[in-house]
Amino acid sequence: MAFKNPRSLSRVGDRPCFGRRKTLQLAMGAVAASVVRPAVAAEAPFPNLGDHLVRITDEGTYTPLRVSDIEKSAKPVIAYPYDVATNTVRSESRLNKVLLVYFDPAQMDVEAQKYAAGGVLGFSAICTHQGCEVSEWAPDSRDLLCFCHFSKYAPLKAAHVIAGPAPRSLPALPLALKDDELVVAGHFSAPPGAARA
Amino acid sequence: MKLKQFLMAGVMLLPMPVTAWAQLATYTPVTDARLSSPEPQNWLMYRGNYEGWGYSPLKQITDKNVSKLEVAWAYSTGELEGHEAPPIVNNGYMYIATPNNQVIALEATTGRELWHYKKQIPPELSQLHPTSRGVSLYGNKLFLLTTDANLVALDAVTGKELWVKPIADWQDGYYSTLAPLIAKGKVMVGASGGEYGVRGFVAAYDPESGEKLWQTYTVPAPGEPGGDTWPPEKYQHGGGSIWITGSYDKDTGLAYWGTGNAAPWLAETRPGDNLYTSSVIALDAETGAIKGFHQYHPNDGWDWDEVSAPLLVTVKRDGQDKKALVHAGRDGYLWVLGRSKDEISFLDGWPYVTQDVFKSIDPKTGRPTYDPAKIPGIGKTVHFCPSLWGGKDWVPEAYSPDTGLYYVPANNNLCSELTGETAKYTRGELYIGVSLPNILTNVRMTEASKTHIGEVQAWDLNTKKQAWVHTYPEMNWGPLMTTAGNLVFGGGTNDRKFHAFDAANGKMLWEFPTNSGVVGVPSSFEIDGVQYIAVQAGWGVDSQRMQGAFDAVLNHKTVVPEGGVVWVFKLPK
Repeated sequence: MAFKNPRSLSRVGDRPCFGRRKTLQLAMGAVAASVVRPAVAAEAPFPNLGDHLVRITDEGTYTPLRVSDIEKSAKPVIAYPYDVATNTVRSESRLNKVLLVYFDPAQMDVEAQKYAAGGVLGFSAICTHQGCEVSEWAPDSRDLLCFCHFSKYAPLKAAHVIAGPAPRSLPALPLALKDDELVVAGHFSAPPGAARA
Repeated sequence: MKLKQFLMAGVMLLPMPVTAWAQLATYTPVTDARLSSPEPQNWLMYRGNYEGWGYSPLKQITDKNVSKLEVAWAYSTGELEGHEAPPIVNNGYMYIATPNNQVIALEATTGRELWHYKKQIPPELSQLHPTSRGVSLYGNKLFLLTTDANLVALDAVTGKELWVKPIADWQDGYYSTLAPLIAKGKVMVGASGGEYGVRGFVAAYDPESGEKLWQTYTVPAPGEPGGDTWPPEKYQHGGGSIWITGSYDKDTGLAYWGTGNAAPWLAETRPGDNLYTSSVIALDAETGAIKGFHQYHPNDGWDWDEVSAPLLVTVKRDGQDKKALVHAGRDGYLWVLGRSKDEISFLDGWPYVTQDVFKSIDPKTGRPTYDPAKIPGIGKTVHFCPSLWGGKDWVPEAYSPDTGLYYVPANNNLCSELTGETAKYTRGELYIGVSLPNILTNVRMTEASKTHIGEVQAWDLNTKKQAWVHTYPEMNWGPLMTTAGNLVFGGGTNDRKFHAFDAANGKMLWEFPTNSGVVGVPSSFEIDGVQYIAVQAGWGVDSQRMQGAFDAVLNHKTVVPEGGVVWVFKLPK
């Protein structure tokens, strides 16, 4: 299934944004029904409970992602959360980017298993060092790699830092399945992005 | 002894830090006249003078006594990443720019902090080059460019923020790391972002109001001079970043800026010369009009930004003095150009590192002819030398009017292998045309790499002969400074060392292991009859990336500690 996004994906200015009140409502609802207890309160416009995850194509369309769309032990798929109720892709902030990887759950440590759904793990795609995108993949070690300063994260250990200057793990996003589609089951385990003054 | 008496006794025993708390002299405003003829005791701008020499006329510290140099004081900046800015000094006040858009004002003799400033940047911002190459002074103000593409004016005495002006939209991928060039009462700036598909520019601002006075793009639009060197639909994302402070000819009023490579990286995606990328442009500081240019290599395909501004020198040609520009190109050629009020002309060009891309250069125009087998393309894997970091990257060269030599911090015997792929422009996203894993592992060593890679070269620009070369086993990312004490200073090695060489013969006379690798621009100043040498240590950005690429292809890995420290040296009493 593919949708044509009703608004340009490359423009921020004409994209509907959540107001503070709406965000808080969503956040409170998410806390009440969350599968995994969130480590931090939601801040607009981070993924919210029940959001689907979609991949945006070059043509500006987006497709809800299923487990079968994520190749096993391969380069991550970059996705955005999608609010079904408002038909909105939360692409207004790059901090909303989620990277998805697929592994045999038996290979994951206990913490990673807590966040996974159907073998798929979701993490913030933004490096915690300087905010570059963690888009690369080391196939031999099966690590995630930030191209800016070579920070490496181990997805099977809930994106724990194993090399480079990143000061903390990639925030994990709890996932669930709804009719085989990947949905958000909680908030990021920590604020995404680089911690800067 | 009662507590109060005990504490009082302790206080009495401590040496009183008289100097540390002495009142600093009243701040001396920076004028056009001072910038045109900077006093030997100060370091008022990025390279010490408009000519870009990186030269201090001070000579208390010399080749005879530099081995006795000792630490006067040190100061931790509290930041990681590449500390590349020179300590700027104005009669006792020192200003340090650090990564993460911070400025620290210090008492230059003691390191006592006077104030510090840190600009908040958007949490979403990805800092591809999280550094600053320095601040600029004018009047009682200090000017800082930031990684979210703002020009900030501060009160130089108090650190108070006076105004902030966006020079471009960071969400388009623009950012700025250079120290503004101040001339004719204008604050000239430029912006980077070629890897995000920006259109480079130089602009000038009013120092009082922050009003923009002019803006000149480095990539012309269709219909403008040079616009026909681009496919019509490509110029808006054509790159031509401005990375480094321009040099300035105070006699002609022309500012010389080096420009970045065209975007995306692959030449075949934008047929034509792609003016004015990988060039030097001469801009009228009053109006921003382009008065001359020289493109070092047209239609770049190797990520060879020509980021450094040329140095202004005088060379002998046919027995005559000739006003010239000199530039050690990222393309591996050393370029000598003529300069006048209305043109830049080609004089000479020759390789200063291993270069296998140019088959020849035109003796009249300097235009290179490429080996087609050495041009990366879509689906085509190409090995070429020098590497994509070039013979010399942003790291500034230096010139000494005493020796007449031109000094180059080079990386030799180093090549790259790139495979091209299609690139699609999306606002704010990387727009390169080579995969990131390829870039991260692009370096290719040669048999010669086993002998050495990093070099400090000294050239006689009149005879075109190399006077001396000092080699390092691995890379050199050390900006150079010369002094009238017959010395050349520079760091740049992955062993944390800061070095001093005999400027005439290249003999290493002194080295000091700092806390981290030294990629900072050195400066020198004098207060109360004492000469100081100052530099920031703090490994990061390109040096760290090259180290990562080395680690990927060598059978050993090198750990270079991170963390910024200002080091200030002087002779013992």
